[in-house]
This record gives sequence, C-alpha cells and structure tokens, in this order.
Amino acid sequence: MGLLKKIFTAIRGGATEAGEAFVDANSIRILEQEIKDADNHITKAKQDLTTVIAKEMAASREIEGITAKISEYEGYAVSALDKGDETLAIEIAEKIANLESELTQQQEAQTSFSAHADRLRELVKKTERTLAEYKRQLTMVKTTDSVQKATSAISDSFSNSNSKIMSATESLERIKQKQREFDDRLQAAETLDNESSDTSLETKMKEAGIGPQTSSASSVLDRIKAKKGA
Amino acid sequence: MKIKQIAEQLDKLNVDSREGFDFEHQIIPGEEEVLQISLVGREEIPVYLTLTDTQILCISYLWGENEIKPESKNELIEMMLDMNIPMPLSSFSRIGEQYAVFGALSTNSSIEDIAHEIVTLSDNSLEAIDVMSEFLK
Repeated sequence: MGLLKKIFTAIRGGATEAGEAFVDANSIRILEQEIKDADNHITKAKQDLTTVIAKEMAASREIEGITAKISEYEGYAVSALDKGDETLAIEIAEKIANLESELTQQQEAQTSFSAHADRLRELVKKTERTLAEYKRQLTMVKTTDSVQKATSAISDSFSNSNSKIMSATESLERIKQKQREFDDRLQAAETLDNESSDTSLETKMKEAGIGPQTSSASSVLDRIKAKKGA
Repeated sequence: MKIKQIAEQLDKLNVDSREGFDFEHQIIPGEEEVLQISLVGREEIPVYLTLTDTQILCISYLWGENEIKPESKNELIEMMLDMNIPMPLSSFSRIGEQYAVFGALSTNSSIEDIAHEIVTLSDNSLEAIDVMSEFLK
C-alpha cells in the first residue's frame, strides 16, 4: 500500500515528465532483501513448528502412558489394601503421587507446546501475508521501472529513425485509407474475374447458338417480311 | 521466455493464430528491450511488447496530451474510464504525455495468447482513436 502512495506522489510531482524513476534503484534491492528475509522466516518458523508439534505429540503420548500407569497402580493399591498390607499400600500410593505430579508436568508441557504451535502457525500466516505484499510491491516497482525504461527506448528509437510522428487521427486515417485501397483492389480484382468469366461464357453460348444472337441481314429481312405480311 | 524467443515464435505462427494479419517486428535495444510489432497495413500504430519477471506488457500509443481539444479533456477521460471494462483485454492508461492502451499477460502465456493479445490491442487502439476522435484535434 505504501508503494502506491509513493508512485502517486511521484506522478503528482511530475516525475514522469522528466523520465525520472518513480522509485529509486535501492527500493528494488531492499524489497528483494525483504522477500528473502521473509522467506527465511517462514522456513525457520515451519521447521520450529514441526519440532514443537513433535514435542506436543510426545507429551500426549507420555500423558496417556502415565494415566494408564496411574490406574494400574491404583489397582495395585486396592489389592494391597484388600490384603491388609497398609505399608505396601502407602508405598504404592507414593508412587501414584509421583506419577500424578509427573502427569501434571507433562500436561503443562503439552499446553505450552500447543500454545507455542498456535503462535508459530499465526506467525507463518502473517509472514506469508507480508511476503505476498512484498512480492506485489516488487511487481509494481519492476513494472513501473521497466515501462519507464521501455518508454525511453521507444522514444529514442522514434527520434533516431526520424520518423515523422503523426497524430492519432492522422495515423488512423492513413490506416483506413490503406484498408480502403486494399478493399478497392480486392473488388477490382473480383469484378475483373467476373467479367472475364462472363465473356468466356458468352462466347461459348454464341458458338452453341444459345442466348441473344447478333442480327444478321437474313434475320432482319425475315423480320421485315413478317411485319409486311401482318 | 526472452523477447527474442517471442519474436522467433511469432514468425512461426500460422495465419489462423495471427487472425489473418501479417506481423513485422524489430527489437528496439535499450536498458529494457522492446519488441515493436507492426501489423501489416497498420504500421502507423504499432504494438510494443516488454517483459518483466512477472508479466508481458503490450502497449499501443494513442494520442499525446497536445492532441486533445482542451475543452473536451474531461469528457475524454471520463469516456476512457467508462470504456475501460467493456474494452476486451485492454485498458487505457497514460505514460507521461502519451495516452495508451495496454494489456498485461502472464509470462506463462502461450505464443497464441500473445498473438491474440497483439491483434486485440491493435483493434482496440484503432477503435479507440475512431470513437474518441471528436475529442481530438
């Protein structure tokens, strides 16, 4: 967003007229570096995320294991009590207490890993948005830059070739004129084609005695005789 | 794809892909290489093609600021805005003092797509000048 504003200001300031760059050459280098950094951040965050997710899974497995052990030892404690072995029951209970504190530790670790993973996911998303924005800006800078350079190359070639620069309407008129000439030539060729095919057909018809016949002396005389008779 | 490759591929296109036109082209050297493409019969208004990392830009110049009737400038610009979307594949723009139509293509475009863009841009530029001529000197 910041970049569009920069270009806006540059255009308003008339930077285009002088052929000045909208964006200094450094901008491209800085943006490219920022893209590289953002890319590195994403890679690093994704690696961290993998590690944290693995740790979270390990903690979950630990929790399952400890939970299973606790219920197992609770069973043993019940058996000891059933046998009236209070001392053994207390020993087992101590073991259970230890397991429970281990469980709490693992649960806390799991919660913390899971929160860390969420933060990393958020970071990856945010960095990806930033990266997309940097890339969009870079496209903008490069396009602007390239159009400016191209424009100056085009106008240089114009002035080098000494070609008379016509106005848009003159150019269009020239193009239309060429199109008309082309159409006229096409039509003339068509007419010529038709005429020559007409002539040859007529010759053939005449030879065969078909179609309007040119009058001959005998046919004229026949006509006069017929009129006189009537 | 490089400018030179586009030029070579344009030469190999069959007449269907060129939509009946013959193309003539030359590379304008410079810091940024430009391919100037003329449709035979329309040499006065060529299409200029440039390449960046992300896109292929095709540009045709229309008229200069000095060709606009001063009293019609507002109407002309409004008309260009209104016509921007209906005009197929191209958009109006201004580069410095020159008004232009342009189209941008992905660098992955096929040579047929590029040829279609060139012909469409040429058609659009002629038509734009034709309909806007009342605003021009």
